[in-house]
Amino acid sequence: MDSLSALLDGFGHVLTPMNLLIALLGVTIGTAVGVLPGIGPAMTVALLLPVTHGMEPAQALILFAGIFYGGMYGGSTTSILLNTPGESSSVVTAIEGNKMAKAGRAAQALATAAIGSFVAGTIATLLLVLVAPPVVSFAVSLGAPDYFAVMLLAFVAVTAVLGASRIRGFASLLLGLVIGVIGIDQTGQQRLTLGLPQLADGIDVVVVAVGIFAVGEALWIAARLRRRAGEVIPVGQPWMGRQDWRRSWKPWLRGTALGFPFGAVPAGGAEIPTFLSYVTEKKLSRHPEEFGRGAIEGVAGPEAANNASAAGTLVPMLALGLPTNATAAVMLAGFQQYGIQPGPLLFTRESALVWTLIASLFVGNLMLLVLNLPLAPAWARLLRIPRPYLYAGIVFFASMGAYAVNAQPFDLFLLLTLGLLGFGMRRFGLPILPLVVGVILGPRAELQGRRALQLSGGELHGLVGGWVSWLVYAVIVVVLAWPLLARFVVRPLRERSVTA
Amino acid sequence: MTGASTRPDRDGDPPSRPPGVPEIPAQPGPTPAGEPLDAVPPGAGPSAGEARPDRAQYAVCVFLAVLGALVLVDAGRIGQALNAADPIGPKPVPMLLGALLLVVAAVYAVDVYRGGAGEPEGGEDVDLSSPIDWRTVLLLIAAFVVNAVLIEPLGWVISGALLFWGSAFALGNRHHVRNLVIAVALSLITFYAFAIGLGVNLPAGVLQGIL
Repeated sequence: MDSLSALLDGFGHVLTPMNLLIALLGVTIGTAVGVLPGIGPAMTVALLLPVTHGMEPAQALILFAGIFYGGMYGGSTTSILLNTPGESSSVVTAIEGNKMAKAGRAAQALATAAIGSFVAGTIATLLLVLVAPPVVSFAVSLGAPDYFAVMLLAFVAVTAVLGASRIRGFASLLLGLVIGVIGIDQTGQQRLTLGLPQLADGIDVVVVAVGIFAVGEALWIAARLRRRAGEVIPVGQPWMGRQDWRRSWKPWLRGTALGFPFGAVPAGGAEIPTFLSYVTEKKLSRHPEEFGRGAIEGVAGPEAANNASAAGTLVPMLALGLPTNATAAVMLAGFQQYGIQPGPLLFTRESALVWTLIASLFVGNLMLLVLNLPLAPAWARLLRIPRPYLYAGIVFFASMGAYAVNAQPFDLFLLLTLGLLGFGMRRFGLPILPLVVGVILGPRAELQGRRALQLSGGELHGLVGGWVSWLVYAVIVVVLAWPLLARFVVRPLRERSVTA
Repeated sequence: MTGASTRPDRDGDPPSRPPGVPEIPAQPGPTPAGEPLDAVPPGAGPSAGEARPDRAQYAVCVFLAVLGALVLVDAGRIGQALNAADPIGPKPVPMLLGALLLVVAAVYAVDVYRGGAGEPEGGEDVDLSSPIDWRTVLLLIAAFVVNAVLIEPLGWVISGALLFWGSAFALGNRHHVRNLVIAVALSLITFYAFAIGLGVNLPAGVLQGIL
């Protein structure tokens, strides 16, 4: 049990007063931004990247991990009390959660969401401890062609599987890859720098993340600001009766079982497992008639699935260096800021750091339960903050952070350009995640691809390595061809079985 | 990648949003029956966009195509510096990306022509039934640019305060004095906490020696 002793060491690092304080700060900020409309964990971590530059890497990562988990808890509060889900992962929670709140059962809805998130988060983090080391030991045996194939899979997955429109996903991915190309190449050639010396080092990932997430979001919301504030349902102390517990615990476990694997594969996300969990609970429930009118199972299951998938996304992020959601992508940018190279070698090179991070997830999860159950009414009050201050604050902190990266006003104009790009993408329904993944993974994929071709002297067969790359390319083909397969193979088969 | 791939919701894939969620604000798309009761009467305002396709999307195609051409031109300019250690060099990747951008722009245009529409991003504070408020956006951009221009000569405390005040004004808050107090407090706090406390690069500007 190598990983167990490493985890215990990690707990030893976390349980110092300073690190506990940072974890508490992280989960508090995380819950707050989760509750606050228009600002999510990915944007918050992006805004904090420049100001945490001087912190120790371990402490900054503890802070980010707290924000990551905290955002999940806070997000459910908004969707239950306000019924305008801020993130796609909490759309499902809002269906039953808001109905419960309107029926005067807001306290129970918040309680089952918080306790379910805790249960799911703890189990899923344990699974992370079990799953990550084998994945790493497998991944270190992979060569450059395999890596290149896996990264291609990550690109295809975030573009073609998540989101509603593939072509818009690919447009977004290409924009990200182009941004990643900007700068001086390893051979010393300038690429797309337009002769500007400030672009020679490329565009800082922090500026991209802040511009797309913070400035783009602020501009977009400003353009369409809801002038009438949504109605917040008042709530007291969350609690659950015996009946609620009995109806909640199974959905929590089933939600966890659905959420974790979807988070862990490089195409999962939280949308599909939360939706599947909702459908499952509806089918298994003894009170199917309550669904659509506030069934507690419809909150318990999806919330657990949401949190479990969040923990699941940490498997590819820590073990392979692959980001599968926005917050993980920005956290990887944070790794790079500290000169830590993400990838399978992370666990051996930065063992103490990784296990401290994982231990802090357990600690943060417990803090979140303590913080959220008694304080839910206080959090709900955050929803009354005047919107002009909220979004002015986002623009303010975004400008400060982007300037601080290189101390040059040029970056502020770059930030505005990227913000306008983010605005346009939101207007035309281009997903944001493929762009960010493209910016972060693109340069690494190019490096691996060139390394792979170096071995074959430039021949294309160099891109095909061991069986792993064959398998991955096969998966990519299936994913890309899925709409055709669905139309010509799956649907006829299903229809035949129905008529037979 | 054919046109069929652009609308997975027509091709049997599970839609990313669960169907039958009545609370999601009506999208200005093909939702004939999903209009909320208090919606603007038909013909008035943007929610009448049902009959009108979103032609502005062609601008996105043009943007992608122009970007693709730019990337190709720039890649053509790169001299090939090949050696045994790097048989590929810096040229093929931008070439590939530029070509793919052109392809995507074309497929995108076909998708728009066939009635495909992107779904604008929703959110707690986003009212998708209202038109884009360009005045607010332009004022916000102006506040942003003022800060970018003034940050080095005047310093963060002054330019940042102007930025916050201007943004709050742009977003429709008219408590000018209160906003000014908040703005100055915020920029002073951030300057002391981050620039002096955490060593973040923020210029003192004209207030050098006073702060």
